[in-house]
Amino acid sequence: MATTTRRRTVELPEHPDFLWTARVTPKKVYDVIIIGGGGHGLSTAYYLAKNHGITNIAVLEKGWLAGGNMARNTTVIRSNYLWDESAGIYEHSLKLWENLEEEVGYEMFFSQRGVMSLAHSVSDLRAKSRNYHANKINDIDSEWLTPEQVKEIAPIVNINPDVRYPVLGATYQPRGGIAKHDWVAWGYAKAAADMGVDIIQGCEVTGFDIREGKVHGVKTNLGPIAAQKVGMVAAGHSSVLANLAGFDIPIQSRPLQALVSELLEQVHNTVIMSGMVHVYVSQAHKGELVMGAGTDAFNSYAQRGGFHVIEHQLAAAIELFPIFERAHLLRTWGGIVDISPDASPIIGRTPVDNLFINTGWGTGGFKATPASGWTMAHTIATGEPHELNAAFNLERFVTGHLIDEHGAAGVAH
Amino acid sequence: MLNIPCPYCGPRDETEFHYGAGANIFYPEPASATDEEWSKFVFIRENPKGWHAERWVHSAGCRRWFNVWRNTITHEFGPTYKPFTDQPKRPA
Ligand SMILES: Cc1cc2nc3c(=O)[nH]c(=O)nc-3n(C[C@H](O)[C@H](O)[C@H](O)COP(=O)(O)OP(=O)(O)OC[C@H]3O[C@@H](n4cnc5c(N)ncnc54)[C@H](O)[C@@H]3O)c2cc1C
Ligand SMILES: [Zn+2]
Repeated sequence: MATTTRRRTVELPEHPDFLWTARVTPKKVYDVIIIGGGGHGLSTAYYLAKNHGITNIAVLEKGWLAGGNMARNTTVIRSNYLWDESAGIYEHSLKLWENLEEEVGYEMFFSQRGVMSLAHSVSDLRAKSRNYHANKINDIDSEWLTPEQVKEIAPIVNINPDVRYPVLGATYQPRGGIAKHDWVAWGYAKAAADMGVDIIQGCEVTGFDIREGKVHGVKTNLGPIAAQKVGMVAAGHSSVLANLAGFDIPIQSRPLQALVSELLEQVHNTVIMSGMVHVYVSQAHKGELVMGAGTDAFNSYAQRGGFHVIEHQLAAAIELFPIFERAHLLRTWGGIVDISPDASPIIGRTPVDNLFINTGWGTGGFKATPASGWTMAHTIATGEPHELNAAFNLERFVTGHLIDEHGAAGVAH
Repeated sequence: MLNIPCPYCGPRDETEFHYGAGANIFYPEPASATDEEWSKFVFIRENPKGWHAERWVHSAGCRRWFNVWRNTITHEFGPTYKPFTDQPKRPA
């Protein structure tokens, strides 16, 4: 933008010094151990306590709370996926979001500003229109927009037909939006801790106590900890843990990057994704433009990606949003995401009894934080999947019942 | 961006290459393979934190495939080798 004002458009409230009592030494025995203090691990612990009355839980986090993908994502929330199974779990998640701040008693800046997904070619139009109709059938709010309607909602989009990838139409989910990811983690952590859950940071799981095909606890850098049940909710590190427990999962860990601009005046009040040119943009409450791109091509655990990926994404952004041309890049970063073969998650039992897994959310699990925890908690508490996650089992890669969301999973979320 | 050691052309920018994921994947016996074996062949790839044997093709250069050890924590490259030849030892 030619003239940039560094005005903070939303003042965030101050944080208290401590939101929960930090327990440094774990107890010797827990009913349930959750490995991973990202959004999904925390929400699993929260719903185990809230929905199932299990409170003797430890969440073990090798680094610091939400230092993985949870506080690295671009916070896009929506539920307009293609297949019925996905509609079920993502829509349940969106409904939980709609009441979450009130329920956990913590601000999360959940903002239903709408999510738009642009189509740029004939085949893109067909795929998006199929998706739009599938959403209608599943009672998910979905609108079809012409380029002119795109421009009405988001005046900064370039709908000139003479560009390389013109905007030909779009799907729009008005109930979609964004939230502040770190606040979501803190909210779940505080609410879980208030119910008695121990959140232990700096505690890395380095092995499992497995006897006769059943898990009895974990080994950690802070010593062994026993538990009746263990849930692995480790996102990009899921394969490492599964291998420690003696089985393989169909996951590849890849870098996914995002970036923010300097703080700018509010010019963009919705979320726009374009799978074809590989960019998506929202503007955060404080004013920075938040953009994401595709994953780097190769496996990595390095939490950073190549700059050429950012370059590609910014070239696309500037064609779509010429107003961004003079904006300055403030920060880029990467997270390691857990890519599954069908772009759908895996939530369920494992070959080891009482050991459960939640992984494969890849580039798009932030939106599912509530429902992921909800269904994982049910699966751990009852030993059986909830109806919403039954199809997202590990066995589908043998039976062939895949839930292919490559189209609807879009660019990166 | 990675700097990839093509065994034929020397070190070149990553953008000249395409990634071919894990190396050493062998086609199962079609007539007798079980569903589990097919699943393993189609979906299961190693995903180690550390040294990984993987394939790259130098698409914008010599267009040849090769295998290489690469460290997934540091992005450091180890020895390259031809597909289906003896794999050099995993670097320490
Ligand atoms: C750049 C980027 C942009 C994204 N954008 C979006 C988006 O717009 N919308 C969306 O829906 N999703 C998005 N995602 C995806 C989303 O962030 C993830 O799917 C989601 O956060 C994964 O669940 P999590 O929060 O539990 O993961 P994480 O926060 O990664 O939590 C896993 C935790 O497990 C811990 N751990 C791992 N191994 C061990 C061990 N051995 N012992 C103890 N702890 C361990 C890790 O340290 C980590 O904290 C994005 C991701 C990235 C990286
Ligand atoms: Zn070459």
